[in-house]
Amino acid sequence: MDIFVQQVVSGLATGGIYGSVALALVMIYQATDVVNFAQGEMAMFSTYLAWTMINAGLPYWVAFFATLAIAFVGGLVIERVVIRPVENAPVLTIVIVCIGLLVIFNSVAGWIYSYIQKPFPGPFPEKPIMIGNVFFGAHDLGALGVTLLVLLFLYLFFRYTTLGLAMRAAAQNPTSSRLCGIRVGWMLALGWGFAALVGAVAGMMVAPVVFLDPNMMAGILIYAFASATLGGFTSPGGAVLGGLIVGVIENLVGTYVRFIGTELKLTVALALILVVLVVKPSGLFGRAAVHRV
Amino acid sequence: MTGPGAWRRAVVLASVAAACALPFVLSNFRLFQFTQVFIYAIALLGLNILTGFNGQISLGHGAFYGLGAYTTAIMIDKWSVAYGWTIPVAGLLCLVVGFLFGIPALRLEGLYLALATFALALAVPQILKYFEHWTGGSQGIVLSKPDAPFGLKLSSDQWLYFVTLGVLVVLFLLAANLLARRTGRAIVAIRDNPIAAQAMGINNALYKSLTFGVSAAYTGVAGALSALAIAFVAPDAFNVFLSITFLVGIVIGGLASISGAIFGALFIQFVPNWAQDISKAAPWAIYGIFLILFMYAMPRGIAGSLRLAWGRLARLRAAR
Repeated sequence: MDIFVQQVVSGLATGGIYGSVALALVMIYQATDVVNFAQGEMAMFSTYLAWTMINAGLPYWVAFFATLAIAFVGGLVIERVVIRPVENAPVLTIVIVCIGLLVIFNSVAGWIYSYIQKPFPGPFPEKPIMIGNVFFGAHDLGALGVTLLVLLFLYLFFRYTTLGLAMRAAAQNPTSSRLCGIRVGWMLALGWGFAALVGAVAGMMVAPVVFLDPNMMAGILIYAFASATLGGFTSPGGAVLGGLIVGVIENLVGTYVRFIGTELKLTVALALILVVLVVKPSGLFGRAAVHRV
Repeated sequence: MTGPGAWRRAVVLASVAAACALPFVLSNFRLFQFTQVFIYAIALLGLNILTGFNGQISLGHGAFYGLGAYTTAIMIDKWSVAYGWTIPVAGLLCLVVGFLFGIPALRLEGLYLALATFALALAVPQILKYFEHWTGGSQGIVLSKPDAPFGLKLSSDQWLYFVTLGVLVVLFLLAANLLARRTGRAIVAIRDNPIAAQAMGINNALYKSLTFGVSAAYTGVAGALSALAIAFVAPDAFNVFLSITFLVGIVIGGLASISGAIFGALFIQFVPNWAQDISKAAPWAIYGIFLILFMYAMPRGIAGSLRLAWGRLARLRAAR
């Protein structure tokens, strides 16, 4: 029983990380209808920036918020400079541009920082917390807390501020929004900025666990896709919950189903994505897309 | 008789003739590169039938490429089957698997299909490593290159080049015929307006699954040829990057265009090498920048831009 609870708890911890990357994916998808394949690499690059600042002697939280600011501006600039020229191009063209961004970030990070793994400090105490016979990693709890905080912040922002409302409107109906005086182009850029910010949070939370290297997000990105699919691509809360569920499933299946172990973990994600897509394509909390014909 | 059709036929014939002459002027290494270009072109044509003509995005065609390659490798290695037979078997197997994968994929559109196939591409290396008994695990399987038959005075690289060229020409003719007729119009109609297509009496579900199967079969044949040409298969060669490369190839080459497959194949074979020549430190960064600039300049791909230029030229001449 203890093992079971322990596995669930550590599943929730990794799940929180999947959830935060999924959250970033859902953000961009909602704001711009684009699935950003470079999301993981953008997060990785932001984390390297944080590492540089911490190594230069800045306190953790100063570096943390400075990184968020840089990531936000960076996301904004990328949308304005790189994505804007292909805004009205077919979807696949945008996908290819995102793939171009992905290889650029990956390659530049490898070039500047080398491909050797680096340890990344966590902001929370090292000592695990014991409740009964179950260990709670302090970092795991902290990461989960930070993810939930980000979610809360986003919810409040989109629900209660004028700017949030304008962003939702711009995504849903660009033409009408423009007629109401919303600057749709800038709303899209803001969407990219926020997504880059959320990605940076996820990167800095995951780096102490998996160590920092240019390919660190590859495995996580697929679980994030699985989480976003499970929770529904139109629901930020669903994405986080989906992440938690995926984390727990991954851990339990890895522990209790002998032939899967750790070797077929990605295949579990594939199976999960396929099952969700076939049974309920809009995910647990998503709304089915309705098209006018 | 100087309509666009005649011109096109002349260009195609001249290209094939030039391709036949290549083995006698190029070094073995260059020749191998061109064999690889033809192999990619077959795979890209397969993906283009699905994505370009039928409108279903796949980020997982590397999986079918790998399936084809492993079919060939296992048949030769375990059962000593003659290599010539393994190519159609690989194609048929991929046809069936692609058709079956296409059935759940039917319910998915655009983004969701891209995700499902993306997950497939990610899972394949792990699955290949898991069935170690068949696939040799991460060590892979080493094959030997087939020699030219009938006492032809060709090196095995030259022979493989001609085999690949032959398969390429046959498969391109088949695809051109398929797409130019009834079936092809049905495939395109489903892309452009599924509801109208259904109203015209097209069985959308059947056609979409079949298109998926045919597309997978093309890619599988390409994979089988690549196993022969490289004489080695290993799971990590069929990673998600390969699938992404295929998608890059068809978009750069030109969606919904048969000749686009060739342009795309040339791009994905040679541009990474040029990037390496420009910057040893970060070749992929150069590649990425090139990719993005290319999309700005030619959002419809090489074939699309050529078609546009050709149309302008024709109009200019007509105006004169």
